[in-house]
Amino acid sequence: MSTAQRIIRFTLNGEAIAASVAPHENVVELLQRLGLHGARESCGQGLCGCCTVRVDGLAVSGCLYFAVQLDATCVDTIEQPFGEDGLDEVQQAFAQCGAFQCGFCTPGFVLMSRELLAANPEPSEDEIRHYLSGNLCRCAAYPEIIRAVQLAARMRRARS
Amino acid sequence: MTSERTPGPQVGRSPPRREARAKLSGRAPYVHDLVLPGMLHGKLARSTRPHARIRRIDTAAARAIEGVHAVLTGDDIRQLIPQPYHGPAFHDQPILALDKVRYAGEPLALVLASDPHVAQTAARLIEAEYEELPAVYDEVEAMRSSAIVHDVLKPAGTFPDLKHLAGKRDTNVALDFHLRRGNAARAFEHAEHVFEHTFKTQQVLHLPLEPFVSVADPGERQLTLHTASQSPSFVRIEIARLLGWPENRVRVQVPFLGGGFGAKVYVKLEALVAAAALIVRRPVKVALTMEEQFYTLTKHAATLRIKSAVDAEGRISARECEVWWNGGAYADIGPRITQKSGFTAPGPYDIEHVSIDSYALYTNLPPAGALRGFGIPQLVWAYESHADMIARALSIDPLAFRRKNLLREGRAQATGTLMRDAALDTVLERLAQRMRWDEPFERGSGSVRRGRGIGIGFKASISPTTSVAIVSVSADGSCHLLCSTVDMGQGSDTAMAQIAAEVLGIAAEDITVVHPDTDVTPFDMATLGSRSTYHMGNAVKRAAEDARDRLFALAAELGLAPETTPIPEIFRRKYGMQAGNVVGQGSFVPSYIPTDHASGQSSDVTPFWMVGATGVEIEVDTETGQVKVTRLVNLADAGRTVNPAIVDTQLSGAAIMQLGFTLFEQIEFRSGQVANASLADYKIPGMHDLPPLIENEAVTAHEHGGPFGAKGVGESGTFAVSPAIANAIEDAVGVRVTALPITAEAVYRALRASRGEPLAQ
Ligand code: FES
Ligand code: FES
Repeated sequence: MSTAQRIIRFTLNGEAIAASVAPHENVVELLQRLGLHGARESCGQGLCGCCTVRVDGLAVSGCLYFAVQLDATCVDTIEQPFGEDGLDEVQQAFAQCGAFQCGFCTPGFVLMSRELLAANPEPSEDEIRHYLSGNLCRCAAYPEIIRAVQLAARMRRARS
Repeated sequence: MTSERTPGPQVGRSPPRREARAKLSGRAPYVHDLVLPGMLHGKLARSTRPHARIRRIDTAAARAIEGVHAVLTGDDIRQLIPQPYHGPAFHDQPILALDKVRYAGEPLALVLASDPHVAQTAARLIEAEYEELPAVYDEVEAMRSSAIVHDVLKPAGTFPDLKHLAGKRDTNVALDFHLRRGNAARAFEHAEHVFEHTFKTQQVLHLPLEPFVSVADPGERQLTLHTASQSPSFVRIEIARLLGWPENRVRVQVPFLGGGFGAKVYVKLEALVAAAALIVRRPVKVALTMEEQFYTLTKHAATLRIKSAVDAEGRISARECEVWWNGGAYADIGPRITQKSGFTAPGPYDIEHVSIDSYALYTNLPPAGALRGFGIPQLVWAYESHADMIARALSIDPLAFRRKNLLREGRAQATGTLMRDAALDTVLERLAQRMRWDEPFERGSGSVRRGRGIGIGFKASISPTTSVAIVSVSADGSCHLLCSTVDMGQGSDTAMAQIAAEVLGIAAEDITVVHPDTDVTPFDMATLGSRSTYHMGNAVKRAAEDARDRLFALAAELGLAPETTPIPEIFRRKYGMQAGNVVGQGSFVPSYIPTDHASGQSSDVTPFWMVGATGVEIEVDTETGQVKVTRLVNLADAGRTVNPAIVDTQLSGAAIMQLGFTLFEQIEFRSGQVANASLADYKIPGMHDLPPLIENEAVTAHEHGGPFGAKGVGESGTFAVSPAIANAIEDAVGVRVTALPITAEAVYRALRASRGEPLAQ
């Protein structure tokens, strides 16, 4: 299989990266190989959101996205550090509201919530539900997640 | 107990979960992430037949694929482990199929390769020749079917409460539980009213978002298992038994779990990876796909017949319950579910004459096991639907009917055990208040009709089971808590730290909780059945008390004031420098008196009672049958809550999960084959399924035997969701659904039938 390997270059959480990837390799497999485990494969069908990463600012399902497609893009994952204590408002709000249980779905919800608040700084509860409806949480921490997004929105507004 | 003593009460507050930062930044460890040097990935080939003798397994094509390291079948496993059968109740499940397959999807062969894609490609090339056998799928048919799933049953003898299991031949009945109290038959003869209904529940799936995954690392002297397991201590014992080794040559480590819900209990992939790693002398990882979860463990479908004698005032005088549990091809913990849930089958009502027969049955479907509630949600579905049907028939308000019959504190329950610290009445009354049951209710108009319903259930906890904990105090006064409770999302690390901290007079945040590692953390039966807060909580409390007492004794021995001397000072005086440890140990085994085999009677079947109740308001669209839950009220008795925020999340999390089981989740089988084994075809609740209003309340209560008055709550939210919804549907549109799931189609069919225009099947 090595003959078909390709070298790709992209920016990963702000750092320039070069990686040799196989044609069938998906983004989750590549990230796991690079030691980033926050995006995990669960359904493998683009239905749960556990594998979410952001490519050029847009959330994608890493399980359905080929690693070769990352060439010349900017990729953000849940491991991207923020500010002084490493967590942004969304993460801080999730921690405060206890908006997770097992945590397996959590990176996906955090990234999607971040994307939502960037597009819509004051989302209504319905808008939050709608935006996050592509992410599944079997522990059903949904009520807490909604509260966390609302809190994060308030924290962001207070900051700016 | 550090230099900063007594930071205030620790139990009853809600510090943020200790793993919050790790989980929110993608750094919390799961077995899923683990890669070991030289590790091989295993992919399974599975049976395509529900019941067949295996003539031959052809692995040649798989072996011929470049990159395949080995292909193992049941015969290879048998070379290493002569009796390769496991199971908590019966040793009935082979590590890989031997001689015959008992369900479609049963593991047949394992392909090992460095590249999981290669292993997967090769696994698809494995073929078997079968001699088909007649199969049985329905639990009631299995009672009498000539299709026998297991020729001989071999009891495991693992649990003291299942010691009476006997080896049997030519039956699909794994366990039968019987209870007789008073004389039900006579009471029925003299009854004013007799009601009899039959209910059904379907197979559903735990579907943790982290599918089953285990890694085995064959060391020089010791085999290490890294596994997403709810029961590391059980896994160690069972793997050691299979290998004929002492326990200390097997090490089981468990990081965080991506959800468990009862799926990841006992042995799942652990025996397979252990055997494979020992055969090939390399680390082996088997990570199932979402699809494969459907072939691993389900929740029991059940048929429940319930019959009540009721007097003119609406008091239930006698009740008869027959329950048939569809256990699938391997018993797993089904027999225990059959027995334990059998204790409370007549519901939380004070009934003089009771007769219960509960059967665990083998069928040719994937095995069923524990799923959040341990059989209780199925029973509550039956008895709380039945309660409303009786109340309606007698024109009694459903709440008033329950009030009249409710089991009160100090009264004997069906097993003869007295009710103690079961806040059934408080829970029911708080539910009534929250639902504003006495006030008029807006009923909708046109094609959208509104209704409301309630239900209440209870559960006997799991007993007798053992938990051990260790608290180790270092020379600077900081502490480690060692316990084998698995934090699978329920927040046990945080709660256990709070319990230890309360005793030690330090902040919970300052305690390090060591994750399960059987070389380090002591024995615990398992993280299941909402037992950890009570059982492990008591062990942790005792361990912390032991550590504190030892420190105080040490201080006194050195002539220091025990209560006020800073801990580091005690160590310095003893050892002349910052050195040493003080180790406290605690263990807890609740009392238990086995039920009499013939009568099911015992004066002590449980250390504590769990109580859960649900109220719903719904809308039914009479043109489509669509049911929308607009308000979901979850009530429970959790004793005194250790961490109120976590309890809240447990209540709504459990209720929303049960909402899926109630309204749409169902594993579909066609001739024994799973027809919807993916998240695309098996829908679980998402944001859009969430009722707009969700309320949780743990009532003010105290559990006398619990640590600081606490008890478990992880399952309580599931108990009464299904009947509350069915009751609300009848309230809204006057039709009764008696089988789960309550899909729009089921409701629409019932509506059409009630109008005298039934739809064709
Ligand atoms: S694993 Fe990619 S969406 Fe589920
Ligand atoms: S927290 Fe467990 S799946 Fe969401």
